[in-house]
Amino acid sequence: MQFSFTDEQAQFRAVVQRFARDKSPTTEVRRLMQTGEGFDREVWRGMCEDLGLAGLHVPEAYGGAGFGFVEVGIVVEELGRSLLCSPYFGSSILATSAILHAASEAQKQALLPSLVSGKKIACLALAEASGQWNCASIELTAAQSGDGFVLNGRKNFVLDGHVADVVIVAARKPGTSGLEGIGLFVVDGTASGLQRRALDTIDETRKLAELSFNEVSAQALNDTGDAAAAITRTLDDGAIALANEMVGGAQALLDCVVEYAQIRMQFGRVIGSFQAVKHKCAEMLLDVELAKSAAYYAAQARAENDPEVSALASLAKATTADAYMRTAIESIQLHGGIGFTWDHDTHLWYKRAKSSEVLLDDPSYHRERYIALQEALA
Amino acid sequence: MSGDNENQVRNEVRAWLEENWDPNTGLIEWRDKLADSGWGVPHWPEQWYGRGLPVAFNPVIDTEFERIGAVGVAKIGIRMLAAATLLDCANDDQKSRFLRRMLTGEDTWCQLFSEPGSGSDLAGATTRADRDGDNWIINGQKVWTTSAHHAEWGLLLARTDWDAPKHQGLSFFILDMRQDAIEVQPLKQMNGHASFNQVFFTDAHVPPENLVSTIGNGWNVAMTTLAHERRGADALRRWGKVSDRPGRIYDEERAEVATVMEPYKWYPQRAGRVDLVWPRAIETGRISDPTVRQEVAKLLMLSRTAEWTAQRARAAQEQGRPQGPEGSLGKLASSHVARAAAKVHTLIGGADALLKGADGALNGTIAEILLSVPATSIAGGTDEIQRNIISERVLQMAKEPRMDGGPFRDVPKNPTRER
Repeated sequence: MQFSFTDEQAQFRAVVQRFARDKSPTTEVRRLMQTGEGFDREVWRGMCEDLGLAGLHVPEAYGGAGFGFVEVGIVVEELGRSLLCSPYFGSSILATSAILHAASEAQKQALLPSLVSGKKIACLALAEASGQWNCASIELTAAQSGDGFVLNGRKNFVLDGHVADVVIVAARKPGTSGLEGIGLFVVDGTASGLQRRALDTIDETRKLAELSFNEVSAQALNDTGDAAAAITRTLDDGAIALANEMVGGAQALLDCVVEYAQIRMQFGRVIGSFQAVKHKCAEMLLDVELAKSAAYYAAQARAENDPEVSALASLAKATTADAYMRTAIESIQLHGGIGFTWDHDTHLWYKRAKSSEVLLDDPSYHRERYIALQEALA
Repeated sequence: MSGDNENQVRNEVRAWLEENWDPNTGLIEWRDKLADSGWGVPHWPEQWYGRGLPVAFNPVIDTEFERIGAVGVAKIGIRMLAAATLLDCANDDQKSRFLRRMLTGEDTWCQLFSEPGSGSDLAGATTRADRDGDNWIINGQKVWTTSAHHAEWGLLLARTDWDAPKHQGLSFFILDMRQDAIEVQPLKQMNGHASFNQVFFTDAHVPPENLVSTIGNGWNVAMTTLAHERRGADALRRWGKVSDRPGRIYDEERAEVATVMEPYKWYPQRAGRVDLVWPRAIETGRISDPTVRQEVAKLLMLSRTAEWTAQRARAAQEQGRPQGPEGSLGKLASSHVARAAAKVHTLIGGADALLKGADGALNGTIAEILLSVPATSIAGGTDEIQRNIISERVLQMAKEPRMDGGPFRDVPKNPTRER
């Protein structure tokens, strides 16, 4: 296992960081979060075409760059640091991973190049009203109809579902339950019977939608294999990527509050000279560095196809989500009154921390899953 | 280091060991040979029992010692800190009087720094060294002194100038522990062990030739010792390893290590024994409790991420990169791990956490964990001091205004305790 980034990876990080900083100052984040789409098409084009980020972990055969998950981790960490608004996580990570893990060769050839180029945006529709990201809770049905399938039901909390050109849907054969009868399907964003409703999210930098399927035609991904396993692998990829995104955001918050503590004067001293403040900052640094270790280790394990990757994905998701929330809470606290105002930027990261904590299941779920996986190993 | 040099050193040490190593030699006799040859401390200067080689060659040399089974110099305990300090700061007369017997293990040393009134604030020492003609007379009290009850010599930090500012009024001495004016008492800890001592001085003597460095420079010398201590802390567990081979010299070495390591026997427990958590949770059936599952997961995740963080720091160091913040965080992280582990051991143990010794879980090991963990966040720099260091040196935050400037005489101090 490698415990440091290579020089090439460090240079790559610098490129992505510069891009994110230039394109995503908080003024821009604030502008985009008020728009319906929630991102800038020109910036997205730059991410896909100029930097090749959308296809970073996609094999070259499908137009991608063929890099591993360590590089993906670097990208999302930088996007998380600057809160850059884009369909990267929903389309390039979740939906692309689902296709990579589940689709046939012909389907990959058909679907991936347009996602890699950024011409199309995809989303993964998995969770439903119960708000769980797992196979057992799926109720939406896919019934065979000629060569294809017909979908009926409702998906919720769909990341970038409001803009997706391609919808990857997890559904089950009517009459099945648990892990039985699960399949992944691809639906055109303009399909008749598909209705979308953008949801009012507390994290306005990350748009979610509710998707209703009423007799919607779909093609099955994965007509040969085990879709439940593909979904698990996709969710592991998502958890690892989200963990890396979160440590970027947590670091941004820490940097911001330490800087503030150095200039804010009270009682004739900068508040950063009070141990009550600096000890909190020291603990925050420890929290963020431990979280980074978890996120980096999981990304490295995914890149190396470590057999423990599912447990490590859960470890990373639980650890980073708790650390990000603690950092966000303390950042607002140490800023004092101004930290609670709309005009101050801290709440943007606080809300991202909250949405990241819950998205793809919360820390308690991932701790339970970690223990269950350890038991299975024993 | 070039491959050629490395091979050359390897061949040299191998040839020397093959010619000289004999497991039937006495321990001291063998270490005398090591001192003469320079292979015992190859990174020390040739003039002082070394060979002037870069530290980077030590692993190669250690490997050759291990291969043939040769015993090294007396590395364990405070002795090596004392040796490193004297090598850096003492004069030639002192080096020639003390260094060799440190390496052979003939002399045991102790470190007389901490006092009841100065723990975190080590420079606030009030043990006094007063002039009596050419000699120094020592009065006061030290505490947390490992090995004081059998040490021949002590490294003493004492105040020689009460009008100078705090850090500038201290001097550093080599103290002969074998005098009636020194009383050593064991200090019983909350976990029942007595690994340390209290040391009382009533007109103890130090001859003028045992002042290290100059009068008033004691703080800088003590910092040298502490720097070596921090560097060596990781190696403590390795030091405790001894060969199980038969032979006279191994018997003698085992006896030496057993004596030195005796005070540290509960140290694994103070770190929380995370390794016992999973087997205990399975064995007791407590793993089926949802609360236990959550807490065990939190602990295992914390413990693993702390280990990875240390590995990130090491990786950066090995690549010659500037150490990132992860390097300063290990001690604070280990406090969190230890506390979380004690909490989880309690949760798993339930009512068994009420009992110790043979009545307690794992023959008292769990009780020893619960009663030893509080030491982790205090010994070797409290968590509060670690947070100061992290916030000031890593995060570059402002220092707390100080109240201890000016002549030390006028600085507010703790009342001296009656014995």
